[in-house]
Amino acid sequence: MQDAAGAVVAFEHVTKRYGRSGGPPAVDDLTFTVAAGEICVLVGPSGSGKTTTMKMVNRLIEPTSGRITIDGQDVMSLPAVELRRRIGYVIQQVGLFPHLTVAENIAVVPGLLNWDKPRIQTRVEELLDLIGLEAGSYANRYPAELSGGERQRVGVARALAADPPVMLMDEPFGAVDPIRRDRLQNEFLRLQDKVGKTVIFVTHDVDEAIKMADRIAILQRGGRLAQYDAPAAILAEPASEFVEHFVGADRGLKRLSLNRVSDLELTHPIVVRAGDDRAAARARLRDGDGAGYALLVDAEGRPIGWIDDDELAGGGTITANAARAGAVTVEPETTLRDALSALLGSSVMLGVVVDERERVIGLVSVESISDRLRQAGSPT
Amino acid sequence: MELFGQGIAWLADPANWTDPRNGIFLRLWEHVSLSAAALAAAIAIGLPIGLWIGHTGRGATAVIAIANIGRAVPSIGWLGIVFPLTLVALGRGGLGFVPSVIALTALGIPPIVTNAYAGMREVDADLVEAGRGMGMRELDVVRQVEIPVALPVILAGIRVSAVQIVATATLAAIVGGGTLGDFIIQGIFVRALDRVVGAAILVAILAILTELAFSLLERRAISPGIRRGGQTAPIEPGGVALPRVAG
Amino acid sequence: MNAGEPFIRFDWIIDNLDQIGQRLGEHVLMVVASVLIGFAISFGLALLARSHRWTYGPIIAVTSTLYAIPSLALFVLLIPITGLSLTTGIVALVLYTLLILVRNIVVALDGVPPEVVEAATGMGYGPLQRFWRVELPVATPVIVAGLRIATVTTVGLVAITTFIGLGGLGYLIINSGTRRFFPTSIYVGVALCVVLAVVADLLLLWLQRRLTPWAAAQGR
Repeated sequence: MQDAAGAVVAFEHVTKRYGRSGGPPAVDDLTFTVAAGEICVLVGPSGSGKTTTMKMVNRLIEPTSGRITIDGQDVMSLPAVELRRRIGYVIQQVGLFPHLTVAENIAVVPGLLNWDKPRIQTRVEELLDLIGLEAGSYANRYPAELSGGERQRVGVARALAADPPVMLMDEPFGAVDPIRRDRLQNEFLRLQDKVGKTVIFVTHDVDEAIKMADRIAILQRGGRLAQYDAPAAILAEPASEFVEHFVGADRGLKRLSLNRVSDLELTHPIVVRAGDDRAAARARLRDGDGAGYALLVDAEGRPIGWIDDDELAGGGTITANAARAGAVTVEPETTLRDALSALLGSSVMLGVVVDERERVIGLVSVESISDRLRQAGSPT
Repeated sequence: MELFGQGIAWLADPANWTDPRNGIFLRLWEHVSLSAAALAAAIAIGLPIGLWIGHTGRGATAVIAIANIGRAVPSIGWLGIVFPLTLVALGRGGLGFVPSVIALTALGIPPIVTNAYAGMREVDADLVEAGRGMGMRELDVVRQVEIPVALPVILAGIRVSAVQIVATATLAAIVGGGTLGDFIIQGIFVRALDRVVGAAILVAILAILTELAFSLLERRAISPGIRRGGQTAPIEPGGVALPRVAG
Repeated sequence: MNAGEPFIRFDWIIDNLDQIGQRLGEHVLMVVASVLIGFAISFGLALLARSHRWTYGPIIAVTSTLYAIPSLALFVLLIPITGLSLTTGIVALVLYTLLILVRNIVVALDGVPPEVVEAATGMGYGPLQRFWRVELPVATPVIVAGLRIATVTTVGLVAITTFIGLGGLGYLIINSGTRRFFPTSIYVGVALCVVLAVVADLLLLWLQRRLTPWAAAQGR
């Protein structure tokens, strides 16, 4: 079944006030449009109304004035409950229903929409495959049996289940550690490539915004829109002092987030496996481009660690635990900024680029990153 | 409804209070002294056990066993169990006060033990370590660190125990222990419903006063710096958190 | 009880099995009726307390006070209102379950993680559906645990109804036991009370496990 493409979400003079008059509104006269299939990231300091804005789309919060439309239809024209069944909703703590299995969790909204059983079953299997969880072993597990990252992914699958044209995500990757967050972000970007939903994504992390967004809406305290533009444009030309200050003084470094590892030309490592002959491996290393290290991989092609010339000394075959230095891995979607950060933290200044099944694709180095930066030095 | 009136009338007659052989004052005194004795004994036995097992953390199974027995045996059951034994052992002396106080003490021990245990276990291990690190001896740690922090839960256990004892003392009449329950039980027997209702009113008031008095004591005795932690397990009335039966 | 007679007379037990069975039956009936009615009322009160928070305090205060009153006294005080009948006993027993269960159900429902409730609302559950399909199932383990406590407590209280002539195992303990200085009857009565309490507890525990297969995954 082909996923529906995204819908256009338009905000027209949307305002939200709490309590009686006096004091700034939570959201102030917001007007902007999110194009179909785009990821719009709402970002701003606390009190800027970003979550409030997002929650007005599915009417968890009702606007005081103004209107929000999805593909031209006012969100107020449907009963709230029905509206929400057509919008995907992902929150930071996920909120998987503990009393339902993974499959049952994903099947909730299709069930509410009265899909027939076979259709729901197919859809659940489709989605589990999409998020990389094997249906056979995961479908009947309970949330308590899943790791944090697995729960996040099921949460996203659950939101996609009824194939909604719009997705709302409130700091969905906020509750995990930075490494896993990077993975989850990359995974979501790959997913979005396939499904093309319109996504409204809230975060307080500017770097996440730059990485994920097609367009960023920067909100300031009092709920006013400070700038709405593509990440590169915001970095190149901040619209106000607030935006400049919010994005941070290290705008140059932030530009590193605009480019991904996939933008680089990758070099290729010398790969060895357990059981390979040591002498032969030494020879290959010497004939190579002087990197000085060989990459030890497992049977599936996943990196284990680096081996240098000394460790390859002697006869016999390479053992599985021969590598002394661990390998730092990044993915094609990883931003150059995160890649650089990961490399600087390792003893070997090389990063191994892996695909979604963690198999080796190529190498990045600090040099290749700085070369790319020099090319991108002049603003486009 | 007029039965209430009869009960009040019975209470209002001063002769009923001062009757030397069957007066309200007499029975009231029996009730209070029996309860007090049992409570004192239950505290003397149960508190050290609960505190010690809670402090060392060993012997938790004993606490669970005590809690389960305490919950499964009906309050009246203790009187029933003890009474024949004291009768056999002491003959006529095995009536009245002796079986009553033994049974009530047994009844009163579980809440005190389980709460003292629970309270001590909940004390932050960091606090205990800090105390030891400052050079306190074990007994000092117990006295100056653990008990003050565990005090709310410990006192709650004593309160629950007190209320249970006062309530069950009413039934001691059945083994000759007198107390206000005597009016009720004998009264039902001889169909003198005025004293049945009157005594019931008095017993209810006594029990409520006991609950209030101990609640007040709890509040006064707890340092303002200590707040009661949240409880997530199902709560027994009065705020006792008990270990569960069989998982 | 006479000198020279064995302490426990097993022959009496065998001769009176039908009477013992009858008392046990009466006891079980009273426990089941009281707990079921008490649960139904407590559920309603709990829902009320959650939708109108200000009622929670007063409800707890009233039920706490009632709980402090010794059961015999409460039975007696109800006689003017409901007469000397089964109703009196059941009403009092129900009142005692209220304190345990109302607070327990409220705590159980409050204990549903807020993100689960938020996810349910955001996904498009209406309030009623959300309650039945999400909040209640998640709250079930705590609710059943409270039911266990209420049931075991009620088993003990039913024994006291013998004083107002309602039979049950209390009859064996008091009427044919203590009043007649007959230990066999006493101990049979007490033993059956304990057994009944334990069996009821284990049965409800089994029920809890059946209703919540997902709790096993959490290691509860």
